[in-house]
Amino acid sequence: MASRLVSTTTVAIGISLGLAAGVMAGLFGVGGGILFVPVLVALGLGQLEAQGTSLLAILPTVAAGAWNQRRYGNLRVRTAVVVGLASIVGVELGARIVVELPENVLRRLFAVLLFAVAAQLLWRARRSTARYRNSP
Amino acid sequence: MRLVAIGLAAGVFSAFFGVGGGILAVPLLILLAHLPERAAAATSLLAIAITATAGVVVFSLRGEVDVAYAALVGLPAAVGALAGTSLQQRVTTSTLTLGFAALLAGTGVWLLVS
Repeated sequence: MASRLVSTTTVAIGISLGLAAGVMAGLFGVGGGILFVPVLVALGLGQLEAQGTSLLAILPTVAAGAWNQRRYGNLRVRTAVVVGLASIVGVELGARIVVELPENVLRRLFAVLLFAVAAQLLWRARRSTARYRNSP
Repeated sequence: MRLVAIGLAAGVFSAFFGVGGGILAVPLLILLAHLPERAAAATSLLAIAITATAGVVVFSLRGEVDVAYAALVGLPAAVGALAGTSLQQRVTTSTLTLGFAALLAGTGVWLLVS
């Protein structure tokens, strides 16, 4: 492992972007890895090491977020356990598929999926707003 | 059964791109499991905790986890997550949905260009 320059700048970048990733994670219910990984790579970690480190950084983030959401009565523990455990199986499956398919195909497939989900969410929000307006 | 499908999809997504499956789990919990927006986001956080714990174990066995760097970004992020979840209670559901749709579209564009 190459020696890393842990300067004040590194610490400042880590703290400020970590804070931003946490706000995004709490607001939208995501882990924050989408920001952690590029930040850790920029700070000098390799891609795999950044992914592993990001997973560890996600733990306090989601723990704090889930704890706070529980206080607001939004947390569905059983649902979360089923989704979380199934997701571990999904990671296993994904790791096997990922070696079979070219990466650019995967990227395009998932991009289309995300656009479709975004459109679906907006469509649903529009419909419920219309219903709300029409109700007395 | 739908919950299992949601978990599988989120897991496959995170295996491909090394990011958590939350970005997929939240909208699927809303669209398929019919959870309200805030409940979907809250539930996704706990589901991620379970998946990420398994991931941390696998990556640490390979020596690919840097605890100091994880603390450097993860501890401020925990503070941020407290702020983010509190903030979430104050924004309207439609603003939240718009923001999330923007996040999805942004990630989609990132997948296409990177």
